[in-house]
Amino acid sequence: MPQMNMIQALNSAMDIMLARDPNVVMLGEDIGYFGGVFRVTDGLQRKYGEHRVLDTPIAEGAIVGAAIGMGVNGLRPVAEVQFADYIYPACDQIFSELARLRYRSAGDFWAPVTIRTPCGGGIRGGQTHSQSPEGIFTHVCGIKVVMPSTPYDAKGLLIASIEDDDPVVFFEPKRLYNGPFDGDVNKPAVPWSTHPKGEVPDGYYTVPIGKAEIVRKGSAVTMVAYGTMIYVCEAAARALGIDAEIIDVRSMVPLDTDTICTSVKKTGRCLIAHEATRFSGFGAELSATIQEECFWDLEAPIGRVAGWDTPYPHAFEWEYFPGPLRVAAALQAVMEAA
Amino acid sequence: MARRSRLHIPQHHSRPGEEPDFSYLETSPAGAVPRPDVNARVRDIGSLSIDLVRVLDDSHVAVGPWNPHLEVPDLQIGLRHMLLTRIFDERMQRAQRQGKTSFYMRCLGEEAVSVAQGMALRPKDMLFPAYRNQGLYVVRGRPLVDLMCQLLSNTRDMCKGRQLPVMYHWAEGRIFSISGNLTTQFPQAVGWAMAAAIKGEDDIAVSWIGEGSSAEADFHHAMLFASVYMAPVILNIVNNQWAISTFQGFAGGEQRSFAARGPGYGMAGIRVDGNDFLAVHAVTQWAAERARTGAGPTLIEHVTYRGAAHSTSDDPARYRPKDDYEKWPLGDPVLRLKNHLIALGEWSEERHQALAQELEVHVTESWKEAVQYGTLTDGPRLNRDLMFQDVFKEMPEQLRKQREQLRAEQGV
Ligand SMILES: Cc1ncc(C[n+]2csc(CCOP(=O)(O)OP(=O)(O)O)c2C)c(N)n1
Repeated sequence: MPQMNMIQALNSAMDIMLARDPNVVMLGEDIGYFGGVFRVTDGLQRKYGEHRVLDTPIAEGAIVGAAIGMGVNGLRPVAEVQFADYIYPACDQIFSELARLRYRSAGDFWAPVTIRTPCGGGIRGGQTHSQSPEGIFTHVCGIKVVMPSTPYDAKGLLIASIEDDDPVVFFEPKRLYNGPFDGDVNKPAVPWSTHPKGEVPDGYYTVPIGKAEIVRKGSAVTMVAYGTMIYVCEAAARALGIDAEIIDVRSMVPLDTDTICTSVKKTGRCLIAHEATRFSGFGAELSATIQEECFWDLEAPIGRVAGWDTPYPHAFEWEYFPGPLRVAAALQAVMEAA
Repeated sequence: MARRSRLHIPQHHSRPGEEPDFSYLETSPAGAVPRPDVNARVRDIGSLSIDLVRVLDDSHVAVGPWNPHLEVPDLQIGLRHMLLTRIFDERMQRAQRQGKTSFYMRCLGEEAVSVAQGMALRPKDMLFPAYRNQGLYVVRGRPLVDLMCQLLSNTRDMCKGRQLPVMYHWAEGRIFSISGNLTTQFPQAVGWAMAAAIKGEDDIAVSWIGEGSSAEADFHHAMLFASVYMAPVILNIVNNQWAISTFQGFAGGEQRSFAARGPGYGMAGIRVDGNDFLAVHAVTQWAAERARTGAGPTLIEHVTYRGAAHSTSDDPARYRPKDDYEKWPLGDPVLRLKNHLIALGEWSEERHQALAQELEVHVTESWKEAVQYGTLTDGPRLNRDLMFQDVFKEMPEQLRKQREQLRAEQGV
């Protein structure tokens, strides 16, 4: 099977969808001729034309607003927001419009828009190229929220998102574009070409939205994470020699409560990890849901490990990032409690 | 299922491997554009937003009604500031290449915008810059060491390590904090100007964005508020032809000038040769007086060219001809002012060489000092506790706890 990094896998998903469905169009800043600042759309305009892969003015509100209009008029738009940190000008169109159109028109109008956006830290991007705002989007009813952690899932989930008739905000953990990253910057970078999840079929396939994946089976504790934190969790559990079951949420909305809670009921312990700030982060929703469903099976309070409740500081990138040390300490605490 | 699209897509004039083509650029001869009274009515000065105000002609002589008649020492200071900005940029670009800092953005070819404007304003006027206005700091006299320490995120970093390089601020020097989010400063500058008017003060606010950034809604919000309240503000669009990989046609420049949006909102609009130090100075003085006397805001479009890559993360060879900048019809602002001074008999190649050398030494000395306070790779480092300060005025309990947790994690 071919090996792809996450950039190539995403590119392949879009290539396939542009070829399969003449209604699929892409729009975003620098995505066309240039191929995107992370090169995710490289070559697509050359192959499918300027009328299907559109460079746009720098106006995220207009990109999403126009995508809604295109969607209402029969197209299937895939919008790119260059960095998740720059999605806020589009939030009125996302929250008030895209998310509610189907509801307020009793199903008569809807727009199958996918919004792709790179998120997360670890690239020395400072506070405006490092954010993880996924939690904000999960708080709005009517949009699906997805974040893959492997090239295989990235391709399958993106195809599923584009085919989905509901709007999807698709977060791409950019630190994983070129390889898995366990939070230790001093280790040499690992490319996807040496990783089993870098094996990606050339052709069409989907990974269903709304299904979590157990990436490591274990019995001592359940670690619930997504995006870059999957690899940090693996490293922390390995370092402590703890037999953790690690679950990749993959889809925050809708949430696969079954897979998560079945695991927690089995292990009796749970640690939740994300890069985003802790307070009112998606971990709070996970923790509440798990507590409600698994209370009588829990042997210890649910732990949460996250980014600090500050903006992402340029100079303190690795003190900010919830790396293996912080995750290990949290894991230890969950194991020792009660 | 081939369809025939009827959608218009703005067309680049020349792509990598092609001959640079600037036939789209409409210019006016130096001295040709009339200079109206500063309190002229918007409806009477519409052509200012379409023509191109130029003062320096092809033989390096200052001509026409916009000639600001600056004193020779001021011209020499302007040249010095522009040259220092350029040498500083080159050195910082190299520092990034050497891994001393993570990121840098040059303003090569656009130096006249910040320097001439900075000089035409009063020290108390409040500036709301974008990330390519480093010349403002040079004009207002911030020591280069301070800028370098920000670039290095070191122990003397004015941002305490929180911002990406080049996102400076200077409260005392009245230069607002730069945001990574494009165009947000535009309505803020208008609000600052409204406050000055409310307080009955005659300071004005001035803000800058790139032409690409004029696509954001914040541009339109700013224009609307500025014109509704006749706010004492100058709003600048630096049209350097490129927004990363997309040329100005994608920001709306294909059909009409950016300056013409001024009259569209009921405010004065001026299109100026952004590489002509004298013209930029003159239109800024005009707009400042107009704002200060309550005659209303002005939108200025500076027609210039982004000579360098967008940033150290960018490779322009992917999207424009390699020799595009050399073929730019409006030339190099530093060279043009230098030639003007030579034409006046007030400058020479020898003096220019000597100045360049002096400034090189100044930049090198500043750098030597700055790295003593730390670099991205070498200590000393900022205290990590600083990460938790200034989220709020008083640190809430939750952040105190997190600070303790980090101390424990790091074993301190
Ligand atoms: C809201 C927002 N969207 C996107 C970006 C990413 N971005 C940074 S600079 C830039 C291009 C800006 O071009 P322009 O305004 O013409 O200024 P120039 O860089 O040419 O000086 C883009 C798209 C951003 N910083 N903020």
